[in-house]
Amino acid sequence: MGTHVIKMPDIGEGIAEVELSQWHVKVGDLVVEDQVLADVMTDKAMVDIPSPVHGKVIALGGQPGEVMAVGSVLISIEVEGAGNLKESDKPAPAAAKETPVAPKVEAVVESKPAAPRTAAVCQGPMVAREANERPLASPAVRKHALDLGIQLRLVRGSGPAGRVLHEDLEAYLAQGQSNASAPVAAAYAQRNDEEQIQVIGMRRKIAQRMQDATQRAAHFSYVEEIDVTAIEELRAHLNEKHGASRGKLTLLPFLVRALVVALRDFPQMNARYDDEAQVITRLGAVHVGVATQSDVGLMVPVVRHAEARSLWDSAAEIARLATAARNGKASRDELSGSTITLTSLGALGGIVSTPVLNLPEVAIVGVNKIVERPMVVKGQVVIRKMMNLSSSFDHRVLDGMDAALFIQAIRGLLEQPATLFVE
Amino acid sequence: MQSLNTTLLIIGGGPGGYVTAIRAGQLGISTILVEGESLGGTCLNIGCIPSKALIHVAEQFHQTQHHNQHSALGISVSAPTLDITKSVEWKDGIVDRLTTGVAALLKKHKVQVINGWAKVIDGKTVEVGDTRIQCEHLVLATGSKSVNLPILPIGGPIISSTEALAPKSVPKRLIVVGGGYIGLELGIAYRKLGAEVSVVEAQDRILPAYDAELTQPVHDALKQLGVKLYLKHSVLGFDGTLQVRDPNGDTLNLETDQVLVAVGRKPNTQGWNLEALNLDMNGSAIKIDSRCQTSMHNVYAIGDLSGEPMLAHRAMAQGEMVAELISGKRREFNPTAIAAVCFTDPELVVVGKTPDEAKAAGLDCIVSNFPFAANGRAMTLESKTGFVRVVARRDNHVIVGWQAVGVGVSELSTAFAQSLEMGARLEDIGGTIHAHPTLGEAVQEAALRALGHALHL
Repeated sequence: MGTHVIKMPDIGEGIAEVELSQWHVKVGDLVVEDQVLADVMTDKAMVDIPSPVHGKVIALGGQPGEVMAVGSVLISIEVEGAGNLKESDKPAPAAAKETPVAPKVEAVVESKPAAPRTAAVCQGPMVAREANERPLASPAVRKHALDLGIQLRLVRGSGPAGRVLHEDLEAYLAQGQSNASAPVAAAYAQRNDEEQIQVIGMRRKIAQRMQDATQRAAHFSYVEEIDVTAIEELRAHLNEKHGASRGKLTLLPFLVRALVVALRDFPQMNARYDDEAQVITRLGAVHVGVATQSDVGLMVPVVRHAEARSLWDSAAEIARLATAARNGKASRDELSGSTITLTSLGALGGIVSTPVLNLPEVAIVGVNKIVERPMVVKGQVVIRKMMNLSSSFDHRVLDGMDAALFIQAIRGLLEQPATLFVE
Repeated sequence: MQSLNTTLLIIGGGPGGYVTAIRAGQLGISTILVEGESLGGTCLNIGCIPSKALIHVAEQFHQTQHHNQHSALGISVSAPTLDITKSVEWKDGIVDRLTTGVAALLKKHKVQVINGWAKVIDGKTVEVGDTRIQCEHLVLATGSKSVNLPILPIGGPIISSTEALAPKSVPKRLIVVGGGYIGLELGIAYRKLGAEVSVVEAQDRILPAYDAELTQPVHDALKQLGVKLYLKHSVLGFDGTLQVRDPNGDTLNLETDQVLVAVGRKPNTQGWNLEALNLDMNGSAIKIDSRCQTSMHNVYAIGDLSGEPMLAHRAMAQGEMVAELISGKRREFNPTAIAAVCFTDPELVVVGKTPDEAKAAGLDCIVSNFPFAANGRAMTLESKTGFVRVVARRDNHVIVGWQAVGVGVSELSTAFAQSLEMGARLEDIGGTIHAHPTLGEAVQEAALRALGHALHL
């Protein structure tokens, strides 16, 4: 028997620290080769760490949420044969005790099962109440709970099989009445439950980046309404004609195209600002970040070289990246390197938003929802499809006039769709 | 037109309506109850109570006849005779006593009873004759009616349960259409009163609402009583004889003197302008939530009108709850179980989940039976058929259902419902001392057997 130690791998360009997001194994588990042991997180990408060996987990090197140095011990696995840990590398027994992770995890699990009384009182098997299961309680207890405005499912039952007793209602009340201002005969149930959610992984990254962006950049927003009747007609026409063979177009590829064309006259918008070096880098390539909501949070996959893509090409790339991001399969490369960002909530787009810049970029264009509105055109009230663009810019390097002219250029392109394609 | 104002107006004086009124009176709510016929509704007048009275008469007559012929108990009597007119008078006496009692209770609780047929105008207005009543809360409790078959219109030899409960004479031959609990209760009673009884049922067994294991003892008893069963037979019509189609598709003509149609009951939604409210429906019943509230604010529906299970005790519990709700209490209708009893011979009780229902609900359950053949008290009652069955969760032994079939098991429904409502586990019932010698010992033994250690088996 030997010990195989897996160290935190270097998974990005020169990254020194990696966040441990989640364990898929616990101490004592038998693992097979290629079984995923843990998820770790770099700036943007979530990476699986597979096991290179068969064996039994004997120690975990960290807790979820912990930021670990590349090269530190991630996990130790007991394997047949020699393993990769030399006798001299083994920590002294005292040191082993200091790695508290394994026992700590067990302690948490042990303290979880409810009500200390139950174990002593009931001789039969004991099970926890399922979330949607009706609480076990006598009619008198049920009625009393209604009178008190207590939701029984929030009350821990200390009776046999988790039955809620009158005493449990009293205990639940006492817990809430330490608050002197509590209403005496509340019309609605008072709740005293709390849920703590650790900000780790993707959420922590988003929090850091958003805080960084709002602290450093001098945000200002500019909103303009766009008449999208013509471009929506064109889109519908193209979908009818080519939808079956080339795939359906959303409005996003048209917006990408409008950005590409407008940016030719506004190179200052397609830039990265290194505020420490005090240098603005304007880029010829248009790498459009497309803000995408995934289960774990906001991601910004990047459509590379949008300036060289056709409508359908853009559309296909956006769809592919969105799926990859949502499934957590987007690579680090696909999630970095944008030069300008588009953010859209589609039908949930509202009328105005104030997007936060994706630093070190200097502009972000937000798309609000399309609605039909009565508009005055040549003295006549007509129904037009209207959509707002809510965009934010970094006032440190761009002025209001730049922003206004840039958005007006985009508006002109979208309202006269032919100009998107006339070179 | 006379005008009245009240806080609570109840349409229907059956078990749902009158209990709502009593409880509302107790809570000091000004209450008017409208009833077109007699107080007590179907239950007291033409349902539960009179049928149990008739069943008792039939049982006594049958027992006496039994002693006259071949009594194992050593009793000998001369052949009994039956004066059915007197039996019906006795039954009517009970009904009178109960309905008068209801009237007295309503009076005691200061409920104003208006005799007449209500016509709904809107959610706060009802007309009775030339009286217009305005209310804040309206409780609909109009009950249910027997389902009629168009091919067997009630009249002459074709009767409903109402006529069957007030016989002028016992027919020589009776065919019961419908093998549900009403048809069987009355069919068995008529058989014991001396009629030749046949039961026609479209499905392949009697009491199709219950599982086959549970209904088998009833099936056996029917055979022993000499009740003819025409299962998987459907009725075609009546033309002096009852025409039925047998499972092979051939038509049979069944000779009979009377045909009792007992094919179920439906919510009574017609004839009182319910349409004016345009309430959401749930099939043929009024749709209600867990507080018996309909889709209209401050309009409630309780009892059979609100659908299955159509049971008087459900209606009463709903009525009590609605009155408390109206008084400002926070309430909801949340029973763990509502017992259903068939007063057949042997009787049958179902409370909570049957094994099939537990399975369908995704529960892993222990199911255990204890037969009355091993119960001393059952033997002394000349009854060895039937059993008590318990259904309990395998993981925590919480009991989710009880069923029983056997003589006198209707009274066990109390113990069954209590154990379910209190959240009893098998160990609780197994650890409760049950008096000896009683049928109830079978309840304890069923729980013990589920735990693997029945004592008398």
